[in-house]
Amino acid sequence: MIDLTKTIDLSTTYLGLKLKNPLVASSSPMCQDVGNVRRMEDAGASAVVLHSLFEEQIAIEEDELDRAIQESSGLYAEATTQLPEMMGQVLGPDGYLKHIGQCKKAVGIPIVASLNGTSLGGWVRYAREMEQAGADALELNIYYLPVDGDVSGEQVEQKYVDLVKEVVAQVKIPVAVKLGPYFSSMSNVAKKLDAAGASGLVLFNRFYQPDYDLEELEVVPNLILSNPHELLLRLHWIAVLYGNVKADLALTGGVHSATDVVKAMMAGARVAMMTSALLKRGVSFLDTLCTELLVWMGEHEYDSIRQMQGSMSRNAVPQPEAFERANYMKVLRSYSMR
Amino acid sequence: MTNSSTTRPKVTIDGNEAAAYVAHKINEVIAIYPITPSSNMGEWADQWSAEGKTNIWGTVPTVVEMQSEGGAAGALHGALQAGSLSTTFTASQGLLLMIPNMFKIAGELTPTVFHIAARTVAAQALSIFGDHSDVMAARSTGFAMLSSNSVQEVMDFALISQAASLESRIPFLHFFDGFRTSHEVAKVEELTVEDLKAMIDDGLVRAHRARALTPDSPVIRGTAQNPDVFFQAREAVNSFYAAVPTIVQQQMDKFAGLTGRQYNLFDYVGAPDADRIIVMMGSGAEVAHETVEHLAARGEKIGLLKVRLYRPFDIEKFVAAIPASVKTIAVLDRCKEPGATGEPLYCDVITALVEMGVSKKVVGGRYGLSSKEFTPAMVKAVYDGLLKETPRNHFTVGIRDDVTFTSIDFDPAFSTEEPGAVRALFYGLGADGTVGANKNSIKIIGEETPNFAQGYFVYDSKKSGSITTSHLRFGPRPIHSSYLISKANFIACHQFVFLEKLDMLKAAECGATFLLNSPYGPAEVWDRLPLPVQQTIIGKKLKFYVIDGNEVAKKTGMGGRINTIMQTCFFAISGVLPREEAIAAIKYSIQKTYGKRGESVVQKNFAAVDATLDQLFEVQVPEAVSSTIQLRPVVPAAAPGFVQNFTARIIAGEGDDLPVSAMPIDGTFPSATAQWEKRNIALDIPVWDEQLCIQCGKCVLVCPHSVIRAKVYDDSYLAGAPSTFKAVPARWKDMKEKKYTLQVAPEDCTGCTLCVEVCPVKSKSEVRHKALNMAPQLPLRDSEAANWDFFLNIPDTDRRPLSMSQVKDIQLLQPLFEFSGACTGCGETPYLKLLTQLFGDRTMIANATGCSSIYGANLPTTPYCTNGDGRGPSWSNSLFEDNAEFGLGMRLAVDKQNEYARELVWRMASALGENLAKGILEADQSSEAGIFEQRERVRQLREKLAALDTVESRDLASLADSLVKKSVWIVGGDGWAYDIGYGGLDHVMASGRNVNILVLDTEVYSNTGGQASKATPRAAVAKFAAGGKPVGKKDLAMMAAMYGTVYVARIAMGSSDMHTVKAFLEAEAWDGPSIIIAYSHCIAHGYDLAMGLDQQKAAVNSGYWPLFRYNPALVAQGRNPFQLDSKAPTIALKDYIYNETRYTMLAKSNPEEAKRLLVLAEGDVASRWKLYSDMAAMSGNGAEKK
Repeated sequence: MIDLTKTIDLSTTYLGLKLKNPLVASSSPMCQDVGNVRRMEDAGASAVVLHSLFEEQIAIEEDELDRAIQESSGLYAEATTQLPEMMGQVLGPDGYLKHIGQCKKAVGIPIVASLNGTSLGGWVRYAREMEQAGADALELNIYYLPVDGDVSGEQVEQKYVDLVKEVVAQVKIPVAVKLGPYFSSMSNVAKKLDAAGASGLVLFNRFYQPDYDLEELEVVPNLILSNPHELLLRLHWIAVLYGNVKADLALTGGVHSATDVVKAMMAGARVAMMTSALLKRGVSFLDTLCTELLVWMGEHEYDSIRQMQGSMSRNAVPQPEAFERANYMKVLRSYSMR
Repeated sequence: MTNSSTTRPKVTIDGNEAAAYVAHKINEVIAIYPITPSSNMGEWADQWSAEGKTNIWGTVPTVVEMQSEGGAAGALHGALQAGSLSTTFTASQGLLLMIPNMFKIAGELTPTVFHIAARTVAAQALSIFGDHSDVMAARSTGFAMLSSNSVQEVMDFALISQAASLESRIPFLHFFDGFRTSHEVAKVEELTVEDLKAMIDDGLVRAHRARALTPDSPVIRGTAQNPDVFFQAREAVNSFYAAVPTIVQQQMDKFAGLTGRQYNLFDYVGAPDADRIIVMMGSGAEVAHETVEHLAARGEKIGLLKVRLYRPFDIEKFVAAIPASVKTIAVLDRCKEPGATGEPLYCDVITALVEMGVSKKVVGGRYGLSSKEFTPAMVKAVYDGLLKETPRNHFTVGIRDDVTFTSIDFDPAFSTEEPGAVRALFYGLGADGTVGANKNSIKIIGEETPNFAQGYFVYDSKKSGSITTSHLRFGPRPIHSSYLISKANFIACHQFVFLEKLDMLKAAECGATFLLNSPYGPAEVWDRLPLPVQQTIIGKKLKFYVIDGNEVAKKTGMGGRINTIMQTCFFAISGVLPREEAIAAIKYSIQKTYGKRGESVVQKNFAAVDATLDQLFEVQVPEAVSSTIQLRPVVPAAAPGFVQNFTARIIAGEGDDLPVSAMPIDGTFPSATAQWEKRNIALDIPVWDEQLCIQCGKCVLVCPHSVIRAKVYDDSYLAGAPSTFKAVPARWKDMKEKKYTLQVAPEDCTGCTLCVEVCPVKSKSEVRHKALNMAPQLPLRDSEAANWDFFLNIPDTDRRPLSMSQVKDIQLLQPLFEFSGACTGCGETPYLKLLTQLFGDRTMIANATGCSSIYGANLPTTPYCTNGDGRGPSWSNSLFEDNAEFGLGMRLAVDKQNEYARELVWRMASALGENLAKGILEADQSSEAGIFEQRERVRQLREKLAALDTVESRDLASLADSLVKKSVWIVGGDGWAYDIGYGGLDHVMASGRNVNILVLDTEVYSNTGGQASKATPRAAVAKFAAGGKPVGKKDLAMMAAMYGTVYVARIAMGSSDMHTVKAFLEAEAWDGPSIIIAYSHCIAHGYDLAMGLDQQKAAVNSGYWPLFRYNPALVAQGRNPFQLDSKAPTIALKDYIYNETRYTMLAKSNPEEAKRLLVLAEGDVASRWKLYSDMAAMSGNGAEKK
């Protein structure tokens, strides 16, 4: 039997990091456990993006703690306080930073720290601390939903650009930006972020979408795991951006099979990131995926991942208009013909 | 060795911390139990050990919390016998519980020091405040007694007493005044480890160890002795006591050599040729010291003799310390010994003089009981009294005794305050951080300037909406002023609403500064001030500043926390420090205080400080008043005479002016007085949407303060209703033709929002709109107050046809517990209210000391009230530890009276009428209707008895009410039930008697400040378990169930109100002991209590708090008495516990340990659930098969 690993080169580079294959575990709560991170490496992940550190969450939790202590203090003579003195300091980001170090010790693959800030100071401070903690790269998870009608799209984009510039200026490790799909001009935003110094663009973030509980008449947070059909939107934009930005492109969302990985590569992604597939099928699915990828590439006589990267990007296909608006009309027509 | 006083660090701490600092450094085993005002000493010791701080020998002292002070004394005795250096901290009843062991410890010549924050022993009432009645009650134990008068002395004497105890082998009580010294924050010189090492002789420590019990060299101690030798053995210790004064003086001298502070057994201050002196001890001596210096400088021939070593009392040294010129002596005692020839110190002084053959005129006086203010004016009055030819003996000072005329008059205007000192008063709201910020301010001034500093903090008696007053003094000279500030040159009001409640500018000196936190700016504020405030500002020429602290707080993300903002204003205006330096110091103290809570908290506070000064404005005070706003009346005009003449005076802060004649002689007070307080503390109150409401009654059930009420009534009562009064058709099948009103008491509501949270109805067109919605109180206050008054005059719904097991019907039962001072959103009070709704007209409550006794009966008012017939709960508090027994005693008396009354009815049946007698004796009182009928029979009985003038008839008349069923309830918290009172509780449960026990389980000692009890769950932090409680909660419910004869229920109203109601009804119906353990959310859990009911639900859903009932009545039916009433866990334990700061504190600061404890706690839940579900699955005793 032929050992495909010896004949097919799965390696890729992302953010200047040499990766043994394009399968990256994306940011998820699974990464909170060092054991899981180790299992991911064992199963074949070439890098892990840790769960996000949310500055706002830290601030809220610290504020709640402060409020609880203060509002139960000084109430009456017998009980000047209700809670004991804290034995140690609130760890805030320290727990996360310690986790980076633990992951680095536990595995040999690159560890990408993920950050969601609320203040410019917070972004910069935590980015620096993540670098010091040993992260190989940063992923800025700009999970920002503008609901204020007075904030223009341009202002939102400028906020992203300023942020990336500032963080890139403050750290030496590469910085990727994870984006949502809701921009009027994705290509333009991508170029601006590229110019701002982002080493990578991660497409696309998946946002929590609140659901309704009809019995309680309450809005409940909800996150549905990704479906393979979500891949298409990502493929589309990676194919469009490939070659037009210097930044490495990463595809995240909707990767559930080896062929999804192949498509991601062909569109122009350096890596394919996944969480839902691992949640559904277990971390060991990475191993299966890796094998299936090799088999597919063997069957289709591909020598390396690099060979296929961008091979079906907008610039590389014979009909680039397939990625443009006309395509939509064609799809509709094909529906009506059924 | 050092003897330079300038090399030691200066620290700004309170007396408790000073004592604990030394005690922790020179002991090995510390046994503690919380009791106000000494709890903080134990808390410090526990915290330091948990932090790994070592004693002078480099090892971390072991600190153990016991189940009572008796337990602490026992453990301490054992530790001493086994050779460890051991100590404890206590006060009041706690010290009394230690007395049996103290006799033993002293009898065995065992060196130890007990540090006592001296507190009043409960008599006609409990008091948490300071006097010497506790230490005086322990003076026959054989302990030496050393008195500290100030925070510095507390630190110094804590060490001297330990050194002297080791050398003399006599145990010491080191005491200082509760609150006045234990809680006074002052700048003191900290003793160094070298000082401690120099004073504690390791040879004596080893000698103590060598006397220890050990099987390696066994001896027997603690024998029983007989008449032949006990007496002689008791006398064998005499030489040791005789040596104590010399040893103490030597240690004091040695201490002086180290620190430069010379103390003596008796210290004299004043004119060397004085003709009048006062002899006293405690913080009052500081006041006398200040007064003597002031008056002696003006030529008065007066002096003060401070007693340091009170036991053994060295009569030679005492007499030698009195100047020969002295002619008259006033001995002041801070206690009362009714019936004695005089108070203890007075008697000792007389004896000393007589034995030494010295003739002086001596009078005794009492002062300062229960922290009654003791001021220079009072001291002067005592000296002035001694000028009289026949000075008053056995006098009192500080009160007006218009009954037995013991009191001497004093001139309140007399003052000895230093002209150059800063005297600042701050009025804040409990929880707004004012006290904490002021403590920081004192530290800043104490540590950043050469000034001496003093802070003392006064709280009102409520747990919600309480007003705090901070008294701060700073100045270049040492501060002896152990009394409140009555002449302030700086006054800050941190809450605008106080202006209409309090005359806070009364204490302002002419030209003082007034800082107001005001929503109105400098241009607008003047017209918003009440008239008397304007008058004072103009009259006293006050400098007036405003800041909108709440707005600054809001903008900087501080929410309602205005503390650092107001602190910044104080420093900016007062000029105690240059502005820049002050800001830097405030930021440093913010970092120190809040650093552990996270960087974002620190940054937010910094931002608040930086944003403050731009918003601080001086107000140009007009020359004339313009306001028409008056201070609000203290109580409504409709309040009864007692409330007007007595209660209102206390509410107005004039309690000190009430004379003895105004006092109930035996501690008995009328109930139903909380209704007159009208505290107006809610910013927002619930507003009823009568169209949306489904009349379910859940809001009425959960309201902790009984401010939402419902009535169903005839249409006719609506005549004359105020225009905004709401009424809708009642949604009851059999009362359809009647009207229903849900009414809020706007002036009594605390704004907790529990009612809104529990309301199950949401608008179909806008789901955030419920049948109850919060709205600002002020615009609604007057109209809703009128509606409330109208509502109260509508007759209550007839109880008899109502179903007691339906929440919907229970809302119509009048609560006989209303408007308590419990915390906003309290989790305990809804249960008590329900109890009074169901059985209040026949309930006798025995209440353990704790939160429920404080909000139940802390003056000025009580929430327990009466129904239209004048019936309601009787209530009393005996002690903390004896409540179950106390309640059992009530049951025994009621049962005995009932038995005797029945015997009399039987005996007198022919005279009373056979039918009536039979009716009375065979009455079924298991229902409301049955009780109503029995009351009617008793009424007829009374009529008949009135016509019969026999011994028996008079006896029966005095006992007739006992023929109506009485429901005895024994109420208390988990500290009582799980810990200190458990022995009694257990015995009462075993008694078989018909008592009902309600345990309000907050899982900590809430009233004394959140110390761990055996009810504290694993993984939660609490004081004395700061690193997370390592062991699981005691399953009191299951322990009780194991009796088989006790009705047991574990309930959580937030999870199932029906289950709660059922448990109360079944417990009361069971003719035997019943115990209900009620989950009570609490501020000590650390979350917004508006979510309290959701948290209760989560506690049950996670399996942490399974609901169950164990009903022995089911045994007779052949059924399994154990009924598990909640479902198997549906959420993870962490989804319940990590909503609460008591758990997240650990998870955030020590995640590994939190995780370890979480796993164990999950195991607790799983194993308990298995046990319960297995028990629930068991079949009954088989009787059903027959």
